[in-house]
Amino acid sequence: MVAPSAVENLDQIFLILRDWITHFLPEAWRPAVGVLLSVVAIVCVFPALFALTTVFERKGLGRIQNRLGPNRTGPFGFFQPIADGIKSLTKEDIVPSSADGVLHFLAPVFLVVAVFMGFAVLPMGRNMVLVDMDAGLLFFFAMGASTELSVFMAGWSSRNKYSLLGAMRAIAQMISYEIVLLLSGVSVVMMAGSLRLPKIVEAQNHYSYGLPHWYIFTPWGLAAFVMYAIAATAETNRSPFDLPEGESELVAGYHTEYSGFKFALFFLGEYLAMFSISGLGTTLFLGGWSAPLEVLNFVPSWIWFFGKVMMSIFVFIWMRGTLPRLRQDQLMNFAWKFVLPFTLLDLLVTAMWHFMGAGWLRWMVSTAILGGTYVIVGRVGMYRKHFAPRKYRYAE
Amino acid sequence: MLGEGILKGMAETAKNFVGSYVSKERLTTVEYPEERIPTVENARVFPFLVYDGPEWQSGLRCVACQICEKECPPKCIYIDKSADKKPDYVGKQQFYPAKFDIDVSVCMSCQICVEVCPFEAIKMDTQFELATDDRFGGLLLDREQLSKSNEYYHSIHPTEATEVDDRLAEEKIKVEAKAKAAADTAAAKAAAAATVPKPTPPAPAPAAGGE
Repeated sequence: MVAPSAVENLDQIFLILRDWITHFLPEAWRPAVGVLLSVVAIVCVFPALFALTTVFERKGLGRIQNRLGPNRTGPFGFFQPIADGIKSLTKEDIVPSSADGVLHFLAPVFLVVAVFMGFAVLPMGRNMVLVDMDAGLLFFFAMGASTELSVFMAGWSSRNKYSLLGAMRAIAQMISYEIVLLLSGVSVVMMAGSLRLPKIVEAQNHYSYGLPHWYIFTPWGLAAFVMYAIAATAETNRSPFDLPEGESELVAGYHTEYSGFKFALFFLGEYLAMFSISGLGTTLFLGGWSAPLEVLNFVPSWIWFFGKVMMSIFVFIWMRGTLPRLRQDQLMNFAWKFVLPFTLLDLLVTAMWHFMGAGWLRWMVSTAILGGTYVIVGRVGMYRKHFAPRKYRYAE
Repeated sequence: MLGEGILKGMAETAKNFVGSYVSKERLTTVEYPEERIPTVENARVFPFLVYDGPEWQSGLRCVACQICEKECPPKCIYIDKSADKKPDYVGKQQFYPAKFDIDVSVCMSCQICVEVCPFEAIKMDTQFELATDDRFGGLLLDREQLSKSNEYYHSIHPTEATEVDDRLAEEKIKVEAKAKAAADTAAAKAAAAATVPKPTPPAPAPAAGGE
């Protein structure tokens, strides 16, 4: 056996660390403790990332609006999440007297647990996957879908009209976009031939002329990625799809009646969902932990994974700073009349891509089909739409 | 094309995002306690009392006429008239306020006291940092706290203060001329009385002098 180089050591540093810690223990304990250590790492790293993201988001949104953003707590305001955490821990936890106490308590817990479960199957680096499940993608989507339950639990148990309306909106929205999310993942599964996420990464992790074979660099992959990104934004209730908590009409949507640390848990759940769905998008379309250029392979794989996730988070924040919130009917029309048909077409194109074999012809044909459809659907969709200052009609 | 507007919008926000780091004039934020912008001339917050000269007690323009107290809509002014009198800016003997309190927690900054004051004694201040940890006594300002010099008035509302000064100077000249005219007539009358032992009623002359 050849001695691993420094580069490889750095790449596998977390696994080496885990093995080093567990080798003090009896043989029988090692696997269990190893898993426990990985779980602790995930449970620590992502909330820390969440804390960082909140302050970066507020500063980024500020900059987008030509403001400074938070800059009072600590250097450049970077201790803001600590202050927020202390605040939410010390705040009074109010449960409405007519609320269903058990469900009201369980909803945020359930949300965070379900979101954390998704991280179990994400490959965060070479060999860095907690549970290498054969149907990892399916497990991820199952866990992602069960967050809807906790959202509705929160809305229902609060016994508040705003909460319930927000929860109903959330359900309508999440179920509509869940389909798109799944179908855009299906095209990747069709190409990779596996539901195992490490295998999907492996399928993209080879290079020609030093350039990677990520699925986003194919016509069907790009289309699926765009649809995935739209659906992911809607799934995580991020702007412009943040209707379930639209504060201008619903106070705070399904978490109106939550305060203190339970509210913080909802907040955490939203951001963790963002991380996990970005992580999945990275895995499916952006080559997971693989380097963007062959020459950059010496950089540890986990840096690439987290870098790509943070890039996606930046785009989330950027979109939030740009786009206004949709209306409920616009949201539904968009999901069922544009995104879903386009994703179905993309499935067809993916199948065609698979059976046409290598060559330039499949590039031409699939680009023409997808591009043409996009333009035509866009034209038809905007036909007879008047983009002019709105005219108001008043009751007579 | 579909999505064109989104891309345009994203470009715009990206421009703002990068631009706010590059150019200072994009950032309009004034970080208040450390840096502050000068208040505009027309700013008004709470009333204060103007005094002339170096000392507030003798220079206070207020004559305790209590018009502002009566006119104040939320009734936040409390005045006690003095027992004795002191000379005002023209030298006339006037009352002065023995007590002049304004409760700034009640004051609604309507400026009616300023409008009704015939003596240019009460004006609007621009001082807004009146926060205090004593919500009763700390917000009831007495006449010492309310007194600000005419120079201060000039520094916060230069145009208005100059107008007021001109008006007061005019008034003073008029009063002095009147006093002088009165003195002259009195002197002439005295002289006439000295020369004419038994005078006929000299009705027109004093009437003219008296006006």
